[in-house]
Amino acid sequence: MAEHGSSSPTADGEHAGETRRDFIHIAAATVAAGGVAAVAWPFVQQLAPAADTRALSAAEVDVSKVPLGSEIRVLIGGVPFFVRHRTDAEIQEARNVNISTLRDPATDDSRLRPLPDGKLNPSILVTSAVCTHLGCVPLGPDNGKVGEFGGWYCPCHGSQYDTSGRIRKGPAPKNLAIPKYVYETPTMIKISL
Amino acid sequence: MSGPSTYEPKTGFTKWLDARLPIVRLGYDSMIDFPTPKNLNYWWTFGGILALCLVIQIVTGIVLAMHYVANTSMAFASVQHIMRDVDFGWLVRYIHANGAGMFFLAVYIHMFRGLYYGSYKAPREVLWILGVVIYLLMMATAFMGYVLPWGQMSFHGSSVITNLIGALPIVGPAVKTYLLGGAAVGDPTLNRFFSLHYLLPFVIAGVVILHIWALHVVGNGNPTGVSVQDIKKDTVPFHPYYTVKDGFAIILFLTMFAVFVFFFPEAMGKTDNSIEANPLQTPAHIVPEWYLLPFYAILKSVTFDIGPIPAKLLGVLAMFGSILILFALPWLDTSKVRSMRYRPLARQLFVLFVLACVGLGFCGANEPDAFVFKTGKDRLQVEYSDANGRAQTKFFDQFSEANAYKESLPTAAGASLQVAESGFKWKWLSQILAAYYFIYFLVLMPLLGVIEKPKPRPASIADSVHKRSGSGRSSSAPVAAPQHAE
Repeated sequence: MAEHGSSSPTADGEHAGETRRDFIHIAAATVAAGGVAAVAWPFVQQLAPAADTRALSAAEVDVSKVPLGSEIRVLIGGVPFFVRHRTDAEIQEARNVNISTLRDPATDDSRLRPLPDGKLNPSILVTSAVCTHLGCVPLGPDNGKVGEFGGWYCPCHGSQYDTSGRIRKGPAPKNLAIPKYVYETPTMIKISL
Repeated sequence: MSGPSTYEPKTGFTKWLDARLPIVRLGYDSMIDFPTPKNLNYWWTFGGILALCLVIQIVTGIVLAMHYVANTSMAFASVQHIMRDVDFGWLVRYIHANGAGMFFLAVYIHMFRGLYYGSYKAPREVLWILGVVIYLLMMATAFMGYVLPWGQMSFHGSSVITNLIGALPIVGPAVKTYLLGGAAVGDPTLNRFFSLHYLLPFVIAGVVILHIWALHVVGNGNPTGVSVQDIKKDTVPFHPYYTVKDGFAIILFLTMFAVFVFFFPEAMGKTDNSIEANPLQTPAHIVPEWYLLPFYAILKSVTFDIGPIPAKLLGVLAMFGSILILFALPWLDTSKVRSMRYRPLARQLFVLFVLACVGLGFCGANEPDAFVFKTGKDRLQVEYSDANGRAQTKFFDQFSEANAYKESLPTAAGASLQVAESGFKWKWLSQILAAYYFIYFLVLMPLLGVIEKPKPRPASIADSVHKRSGSGRSSSAPVAAPQHAE
């Protein structure tokens, strides 16, 4: 066929040859598509967090070091978290809210995690430090600004959170998220991304 | 070669687009309907393979640059990070590192193809020169890329090469300082090499476009060297004939490539480069990557001064000259016949030339004073100075005799006992082969066109094909100087 170039028509004509050639075309294209997909996979997957980044996706925090009435801020894999040591007044304030009036209804207890003995520890509140509006880090007791509800105040667009980290005023739609964390001992928590 | 376009837009959109930006027409004319000689053999598939190699290097390189850090305190660790931590980082890096070797393997076959079939002769001089430019850019890119992992070979290799440039008269020291950005290879060097290593492949891609453009103006050569005379009889459309042939060759090439990547990824690597760069300690045996070895051998082969030119400078000039000479090749070859198929003498000298290039590669990998083969037995030699202070040497077969003789000499003689070996040194082989390299281009190429009597060539491509398949016309009148088809 190649010897005589394009000028001579193929010998096997229109009917029988067509189906066989179609089969070859489809088979070849399928193999090629499989090959492209197999090559594309590692080239996409390499964009995923690398093993060293994944290894930094959890951290232990000693909550006994958090001063009463204040908070510490923890960065895990670049993501900020609040760990707040609440006063009794702040706990009462968080518990006395009428849940049905909230934008994102949640009880204060539902925002706590149990100690190793199964009881809740209301004095320590752990939340995400990312405002649910557009991702700024709200100001808190450490910055001397807690907003009208005693919790946090977001400087970007004025969202205000209460002492349970629930949204009370401003544009944010949701409460500050509660991260995945467990009490490993009564004073040591482990937060994971 | 590219005659009137046969592209006809079929849909409304392609008609609209064709009147504004005839990009589909360009693709059609250059990759579908491009008239290609019907007798191209598999040596002609390496152009397509090389285009693929460039794409592979760019794609894997962009990925590596996402994870690499160009800083002398972090570069080596970031490469280890790529190998251990990044998902499939080992795969991407091994493709990139082995891909450089594959790229050079393909380009050498492509260049030898050009040399054998006279692809550099009129009207393809510019096509050839653009190819040599691409090759030079490839060498620069490969060299700078090899520095980035910041291993022992990276550091001391780059140190040697920049010192080479420093050996050039007048401008050398200044150019060297500008390259390094300091007194020695360091952070500024690594940063600019990274920048240029990222840039140059795109420059290569640009010159590749010019290379293909030049190719599509004059058309492909072919194994007979006879120009296309009748597009209908001598050529076939590029698609499907050569897309399929190139595609098959690419599959075979990628298979070999994958064998290296998955089974022998460090086969061409140097273990010294797995040690982080230490400016205070040069590795015992410093050699470049395999694809630069022949030129390294030419550099090392010059161990003598000529007139006022010291050996160091002469070696550098010989090394650069051995590459730059390729630019002059279209005018050094005086033969009117393109293909060496019809040049009985040139063909044999070409085989010797290929062997010389491969041999120079081995010379480059070996120590100049090591032996290719040994002659005679190893003996013991006692060197000392006699009563008049002249150096003397005495040979022995037995250690006891040699040692006894040494002990018998007075302390003032400063006697020493060594093993004396004799044989043929790599240095000498490299001198012979380097001499042949230059003689081939500067003497044999111009001379052969005058003294060689070429064999009769087929009248046309169609004729050569039909005669081989036993079904063609019988006319085989030799053609004189091949003329450009258009």
